[in-house]
Amino acid sequence: MAAIHDVMPMFTLYQPESVDDALRLLDRLGAGAWTMAGGLDSFDWLKDRTKRTAAVVELGNVAELSVIREVDGGLEIGATTTLTEVAQHPIVRERFGLLAEAAGLVASPQIRHQGTLGGNVTQDARCWYYRAGWPCYRAGGNICYADTPTAINREHAILHADRCVAVSPSDTAPALVALDASLVIRRLGGERIVAAQDYFVGPGRDITRMTVLEPGELLTAIRIPATWAGAEFYFEKVRDRQVWDFPLVNVASALKVSGGRIQSMRIAVGAVAATPVRLMAVERAVAGQPRTRETAEMAGRLAVEGAVTLAHNGYKVPLMRNLVARAIRGAGAATT
Amino acid sequence: MTDVVRPGGVSRRTFIKGVVAAGAVATSAGYLLRTTLIGQGGVPAGAVERLITLNVNGRDRRVDVMPQETLAMTLRYKLGLTGTKIGCDRAECGACTVLLDDVPRYSCSVLTHMARKKRITTIEGLAAADGTLHPVQQGVVEEQGFQCAFCMPGFVMAAVGFLKTHPNPTRDELAHGVSGNLCRCQDYDKILTALARGAELMRRG
Ligand SMILES: Cc1cc2nc3c(=O)[nH]c(=O)nc-3n(C[C@H](O)[C@H](O)[C@H](O)COP(=O)(O)OP(=O)(O)OC[C@H]3O[C@@H](n4cnc5c(N)ncnc54)[C@H](O)[C@@H]3O)c2cc1C
Ligand code: SF4
Ligand code: FES
Ligand code: FES
Repeated sequence: MAAIHDVMPMFTLYQPESVDDALRLLDRLGAGAWTMAGGLDSFDWLKDRTKRTAAVVELGNVAELSVIREVDGGLEIGATTTLTEVAQHPIVRERFGLLAEAAGLVASPQIRHQGTLGGNVTQDARCWYYRAGWPCYRAGGNICYADTPTAINREHAILHADRCVAVSPSDTAPALVALDASLVIRRLGGERIVAAQDYFVGPGRDITRMTVLEPGELLTAIRIPATWAGAEFYFEKVRDRQVWDFPLVNVASALKVSGGRIQSMRIAVGAVAATPVRLMAVERAVAGQPRTRETAEMAGRLAVEGAVTLAHNGYKVPLMRNLVARAIRGAGAATT
Repeated sequence: MTDVVRPGGVSRRTFIKGVVAAGAVATSAGYLLRTTLIGQGGVPAGAVERLITLNVNGRDRRVDVMPQETLAMTLRYKLGLTGTKIGCDRAECGACTVLLDDVPRYSCSVLTHMARKKRITTIEGLAAADGTLHPVQQGVVEEQGFQCAFCMPGFVMAAVGFLKTHPNPTRDELAHGVSGNLCRCQDYDKILTALARGAELMRRG
């Protein structure tokens, strides 16, 4: 018989059944606890032994964390709602189709059946040097292995890099930024609500983490306001294979158009920086403009201003420029 | 590994399964005792016990499961259900696909303790009690869809799960439904034909 390999080093497993119990556990265990929702980001770290933990707090039995409910014309989506549930939920599809589309393009069917919306926005960087356990900046060291003359950095950042050139790999993150979502974060005895774009942390602010979550904190829900319900949405993800692969670049936008003119727009791009990048200069520049090819091209050029490329990721500049232009022209005109 | 038949007609696999099960029973008292001690030591309540019941292919199975153990490991090495394959062990190939409450999941990337309250279905649980194959299995036999067939149990489970919610898919929809499964022999076209035949047999009842 094959040897029984110990897939992961031993940890103590806690399976609380309520948010209150989970918060008590997280408070008690502090930085020693690893929160696990679907586990699809967590398992790689633990199996590869690149990160270890003594205790896992698994959220699968906390029913109240996976509820989708309507709030003031918007939606509150529990953090452990699976990506499949998000992609198939009738109200998400009808009013916030942007998020349904983004969630439906993540990874593979089995991963979407298990991976959660909270886990998808909280997942760690996918830089393989870091994932392989190299002692880089993000891991607390003092070098970036992806930014050397011989590095393989085709997937890495073109914007806002600061020593670390890893990107935010999430498909749902730009959609949530475009929808002006906010994230509900609870700890024992407290709660804070953070706008989606403020949830993500770039290397300039803290190079060792991707989000503002502190030990002891639990992401409990994602709130989407009514503001952009039913707007014209555009999501596009470019990847190597149509399954499993992370975005090379993705774009998410919400547009309000009247009489051929853009009234207002929110747009965010993923996989070009360590956080999803909201393009506020583009939003300002297109407001009030006719929705034409010229406006779209102007927006594309503006979007990539300041981009800095590495040896192998130069293609991301025209890719991002064109995706932003397509987001403005809309699905009907996207291929022309 | 082939099953070696031992004197008395017990195959090697069955023999080992028996030993594993006996081991679990002999040590269970120790775990119960330890749980009590942990409780007294002031560690927060809610830490899992190791001796648990899993519902696998319609039967309740008592099994000793470590907290960090994946479902694929438990199925293969504790319960002897070796039809579930482990390819990548990283959620990247689909060979380990089983159904949890009828939904296809990568068992290499599920903690066994996460599956405690769910119905687990593996490739061994598809055929009827009298040996009649599941329509999707029958489709595979009729169309000879696979080459080495290492990926086959995962594909069949993914297809069976998908067809529960999409009983009448187009070929493209079916391809999308089983897109979380890889075949190293690159036999996709024939695999799809076999699975589509299975879907047709299912609809006929
Ligand atoms: C092969 C593969 C391909 C993939 N492809 C894509 C892709 O194309 N696009 C994409 O966007 N993603 C992709 N992913 C990532 C995957 O979608 C995410 O890892 C998944 O959605 C994470 O959700 P989870 O619930 O499984 O996360 P978990 O592993 O449970 O959690 C991820 C992180 O978030 C933390 N966390 C989770 N929930 C909470 C909470 N409620 N409160 C506080 N902290 C929390 C965990 O501690 C952990 O650090 C892929 C993953 C794999 C393995
Ligand atoms: S890009 Fe960031 S994560 Fe990757 S090696 Fe450089 S510092 Fe580490
Ligand atoms: S072994 Fe589980 S997906 Fe490959
Ligand atoms: S038939 Fe060989 S891996 Fe699929």
